Amino acid sequence: MRRPSATTAKRSSRGSRNCWEASKMAEPTIGIIGAGKLGSTLARIGTQRGLPILIGSRHSVADLKWIIDTMAPGAVTLSTPDVIKQADIIILAIPLSSYQDLDPKALAGKIVLDATNYWKEVDGTVNNISSLTESSSEVIQNYLADSLVAKAFNHMGYHDLEIEVDRHPDVRRAMAYATDHDEIRPTVEHVLSAFGFDPLDMGPLRFGLLLEPGSPLFGEAIPKVDFEDKIKHIYESDYGKKIVMARGSRIH
Amino acid sequence: MADKKYTFGLDTFGDLAFHDDGTQMNGDQTLQQVVKEAKLADDLGIDLIALGEHHRPEFAISSPEVVLGAMAAVTKNIKLGTAVTVLSSDDPVRVFERFSTLHGLSGGREQIMLGRGSFTESFPLYGYDLEKYNELFEEKIAMWDELLKHKPMNWNGKLTQKLTNTKIFPLLPKNETIDTVVGVGGSPESIVRAVYYDFPVMIAIIGGEPTRFRPYVDLYHRAVAEYKKTEHPLGMHSHGIILEDAEEAKEVGWKYIRAEMDRIGIDRGWAPMTRDRFEFEIDKGSYYVGTPEQVAQKLAKNMKALDMSRFDLVYGTGGQLQHEREETIRNYGEKVIPRVKELLGGE
Repeated sequence: MRRPSATTAKRSSRGSRNCWEASKMAEPTIGIIGAGKLGSTLARIGTQRGLPILIGSRHSVADLKWIIDTMAPGAVTLSTPDVIKQADIIILAIPLSSYQDLDPKALAGKIVLDATNYWKEVDGTVNNISSLTESSSEVIQNYLADSLVAKAFNHMGYHDLEIEVDRHPDVRRAMAYATDHDEIRPTVEHVLSAFGFDPLDMGPLRFGLLLEPGSPLFGEAIPKVDFEDKIKHIYESDYGKKIVMARGSRIH
Repeated sequence: MADKKYTFGLDTFGDLAFHDDGTQMNGDQTLQQVVKEAKLADDLGIDLIALGEHHRPEFAISSPEVVLGAMAAVTKNIKLGTAVTVLSSDDPVRVFERFSTLHGLSGGREQIMLGRGSFTESFPLYGYDLEKYNELFEEKIAMWDELLKHKPMNWNGKLTQKLTNTKIFPLLPKNETIDTVVGVGGSPESIVRAVYYDFPVMIAIIGGEPTRFRPYVDLYHRAVAEYKKTEHPLGMHSHGIILEDAEEAKEVGWKYIRAEMDRIGIDRGWAPMTRDRFEFEIDKGSYYVGTPEQVAQKLAKNMKALDMSRFDLVYGTGGQLQHEREETIRNYGEKVIPRVKELLGGE
């Protein structure tokens, strides 16, 4: 695949109100929405690496706080609205099918890292949300029209975020991301690095489709050079062929 | 801790086994083989055998209680369990009937392990919507809790039937119950829920360093304190192969466990297992593959680190030759279990 240059991304006209910039000194505050397998794991990794982590879920603060204090000591449990208010960068670790529970107004101007995937077990037997012509992160970007959405943290199993990373202290695992907002790329890369990964820019958000379940890239926790090699051969895979069938061409 | 009581079990999904000549057994032969293995485990004094429920071509067991009934007839002491019963896609009343039947047939040796299920074939098969994966479990575990109370059922559920003053037969003998545990994966909520209902917890640890699960163990203890419930013995289950020759055990693992994981991975979005990851799982991770001494050492170390009182060895993963399966069971019962108890200094 010819990697799109970042300049082919749609220029964003959205203001970057509240937008943390990589050039600032202090670490950005990360707000995680969702405290299940992925949310609690990311909270633990983040706090272990010294990042300021806020986390909220559909549970009350009272019900969630002691769980988080145990699972991710150091992470601060708040209500979801407070997490959104106080965090510079939001990570979505909720079931994809609950995306409409998010408040687009509250998230306006925020950088939102979408880690969700369509997953039968939680989203239902039939996927009515995304397709091979519209990736789930594009659906979320359309819904959160005034947020700066990037697809990130979606292609690695929650267990491998720890297992494969801890196992290879010397060679970072690639974490691919995609976004239509060039101005947030440095910040997204900073966050992925801060969590211990090697950021890999897939280009505009539509290329995030290549990271979704069914793709040979999905589930991978491998070095960047190997990940890039897999990207090169993506259209030789069944998934790549399905994309071409559905769209009439490769993603460009 | 000198007198801590340990429990050692065997778990299987009824993976279609292989004859020693390499030809694959069919479902019938596999079922009979598993019953024979239960008898072997019973003769060896292994505490428990538990069967998983699956609805896929590579597994013979879709109806664990029927198989457990056959096992009850040929065994004396071994506990007969499930791992897991997917309660969400079942009718708790029928499940109760099946287990109280097994209770009668086995002299109270049954144990049910409730779980949300990591495989989801049963949902469309029985007409349940996966969209309600969690709600179904929430409601049905509450119903199960109620069913165990030895009282006529009054139940008004959203996703379950309404019952008014209804007795469920066969009745359990007075002061007896269906031994119930909850099987969990990586979801913090599942642990909290199990504690809320005061059921013991078994954690599936099938990849990575077992100590990675320490936060989940801590969460269990924390939840017990939070809800003021009983501290039950904690358990874990992991895959293993125990042969006299370490290299042979490894190769059997590479051939069968990896193949099985990769098959499942296709549906789960797991990347195919690399040899490097496989070796890691044996050296430091969650596979108990090797000689009896190697497995015992590793098991003692991890049970101690995680404060575990129960361990279930998932055996026969991916099928394996008949003699490999039986040798694993024999080594587990004769050598590994006594050695682990010795290393841990318990019963």
